[in-house]
Amino acid sequence: MNDPSKVNLKRVVIDPVTRVEGHGKVSLLLDDDNQIHEARFHIVEFRGFERFIEGRPYWELPMVVQRLCGICPVSHHLAAGKAIDQLAGVSELSPPAEKLRRLLHWGQSLQSHALHFFHLASPDLLFGFESDVRKRSIVSVIESHRDLALKGVKIRKYGQEVIKAITGKKIHGMAVLAGGMNRALTTDQIKQLKIDIKDIINWTEEALVLVRKLYLSDIALHTKFAKADSAFLSLVDKDGTLDLYHGGLRIKNADGSILHDHYDYSNYTQLIKEQVKSWSYMKFPFLIERGPQTGWYKVGPLARINNCDRIDTIKAESYRQDFLAHSEDALVHPPLAFHWARMIEALYCAEAIAKMLDDPDLCSGDLMRRGEKQLEGIGVIEAPRGTLFHHYKINENDQVTMANLIVSTTSNNQAMNESVRQVANTYVSGRELTPELLNNIEVAIRAYDPCLSCATHAVGKMPLQVELLNSVGETVARCSRSSETGFNVE
Amino acid sequence: MTIDIKNPSFLLDGEEVPFTEGQTVMEAALTAGSYIPHLCFHPELQAHGSCRLCIVESDNRLHASCTLQANSRLKVSSQTQAINKMRKHIVQMLFVEGNHICPSCEFSGNCQLQAMAYELDMEEGHFHFRYPKREQDASHNDIFLDRDRCINCELCVRASRENDAKNVFSLGGRGTETHLCANSASGKLGDTSLDVSDKAANICPVGALLINDQSYVTPKEDRVYYQTSISLRGNRRPKEIE
Ligand code: SF4
Repeated sequence: MNDPSKVNLKRVVIDPVTRVEGHGKVSLLLDDDNQIHEARFHIVEFRGFERFIEGRPYWELPMVVQRLCGICPVSHHLAAGKAIDQLAGVSELSPPAEKLRRLLHWGQSLQSHALHFFHLASPDLLFGFESDVRKRSIVSVIESHRDLALKGVKIRKYGQEVIKAITGKKIHGMAVLAGGMNRALTTDQIKQLKIDIKDIINWTEEALVLVRKLYLSDIALHTKFAKADSAFLSLVDKDGTLDLYHGGLRIKNADGSILHDHYDYSNYTQLIKEQVKSWSYMKFPFLIERGPQTGWYKVGPLARINNCDRIDTIKAESYRQDFLAHSEDALVHPPLAFHWARMIEALYCAEAIAKMLDDPDLCSGDLMRRGEKQLEGIGVIEAPRGTLFHHYKINENDQVTMANLIVSTTSNNQAMNESVRQVANTYVSGRELTPELLNNIEVAIRAYDPCLSCATHAVGKMPLQVELLNSVGETVARCSRSSETGFNVE
Repeated sequence: MTIDIKNPSFLLDGEEVPFTEGQTVMEAALTAGSYIPHLCFHPELQAHGSCRLCIVESDNRLHASCTLQANSRLKVSSQTQAINKMRKHIVQMLFVEGNHICPSCEFSGNCQLQAMAYELDMEEGHFHFRYPKREQDASHNDIFLDRDRCINCELCVRASRENDAKNVFSLGGRGTETHLCANSASGKLGDTSLDVSDKAANICPVGALLINDQSYVTPKEDRVYYQTSISLRGNRRPKEIE
């Protein structure tokens, strides 16, 4: 080993079994005294995508890319859709088409946030990070908080119904065309969606009140847990209002000052670069002007709620103000506040859906616009997990020659590493390895809701392997965890 | 069975199927509303007998029903377990031979190969996927030739010759290298006289010839085989649906 600082290190690897969309594992590099030398969160994602799409006609993009992610396919469908609008030379959609897309996006964000909160985050928050792993699951939530769990299922289902009405299917539907949408809603569909929306708003608000209460119940712990202060990046609309579908990029520094505002995302390559690290398949985006060391930033609900000046729905806006009022700093940085911000957004989505369902444009047949073909298209959207960039180039024959995606989870990559390092140093260093200590790391990662459900979503069910490796790569100890056998040390 | 010379018929799976002089078993069966699975047959074009999905058994021999002349002595079996198993294997071979990415394919729901797979209860490829590298042709302004999907049925070849009087297509290569060629000096579709309104451009059963600005325009639930099987719907292109 050439690096003298890495002599006599052990490595702890938390390695969940992979699945198609992504693969995450946590490595803790320990020294002889069990002090954390380095913490790394590895992800494999979207490999081979660029090759797969090469030579395909560009109008296939929204259909193809959504298949690469089973977690937020609608976001990819829409981001690719915005990019191919540009390829088709359409800079402005017909109002009905844009409204349908926005409605679709709210449905997607609502169901994604509901899934994350009720199934994944609430067990951590309700039962504590170091509680028995078998207790920290949705099954336990259903047993002890039946009403809450059922409402969670219904909110998610409602979001999926919105998606189905617009795309024909709950997942992997088909709606977005270059320059518009392929169908309007019928009055029957709208009538159907209106039936439950009041309940959905109320239940989402209940969940928001609960997450707020849980967060504030141990504010000392929750504000310092896994803290990784950074700049925030998100879209805002032209007057600074929260907008998940379109807008300019706003970047706020960690101290709350604005670094960039209404930045045209078509120029994102001048703003953001991605660094490659040998130990991870996932790139590390950074702000070019700050460089890779300090230029990392966070995206997602926490970034959006911190960045926007207002939310244009009544309830969500009052909760946003309340959220900010609880921070001593100019911005709210703790990763666990992601959960709170996420539910403010969920409430916003529910309220926005209710408003939109009254708009007669949803049934209009004016769905398509045409334009002069362009050879490059960039589509950016606020996916549930954060800003999502889709960038394509095509040749004269409409075939894709270049594809570049920066997915939300990638943008939070460095922040997650910082959080893991912070948690590892606070909770693991100097203590024996126990499942609860490892759970703390997972709780930190889960706050970011990264797009790799196996690694972070199926806690307590997924088989986990932890290996201790010495500096020459020999396994000195190994432990594992599975739902059948629990935690075992070999 | 008594033979009625004035109203001749043959037996298909035990049912009498009337025919007229010169009809094949396939033609007579389709006229009578009895479906025999097929992909390369089209009632307006010369029979080809290449896809072999329309095999039927008669006198302990297998025949392509699209080329088998109907006669009154015939007793033909089509819907038997053994024959459908063979058909399923043929469809599986067609799938593994090309690159059929149904989930994101524009033609999904309209595709006769996909519909045939459902019809025959195909649940997996069974054979080793070949993942061939096939050249795409995007040179035409209105039509994209996606050879990944092509099953070499020659419907477009025949339609261009017999219907459009153009001869835009032919098959080239041999064995597994067989592929659809555009008959132009450059070999590019854009340099042929193919027009978007030609029968040849609108006959492909698998969407290997796609009209560019029609892609994904039809919602899933409005597609030909979204709810109805191919044996009930017949081999239809989207525009042929009433
Ligand atoms: S392009 Fe279509 S119609 Fe022509 S040979 Fe291939 S599969 Fe048959």
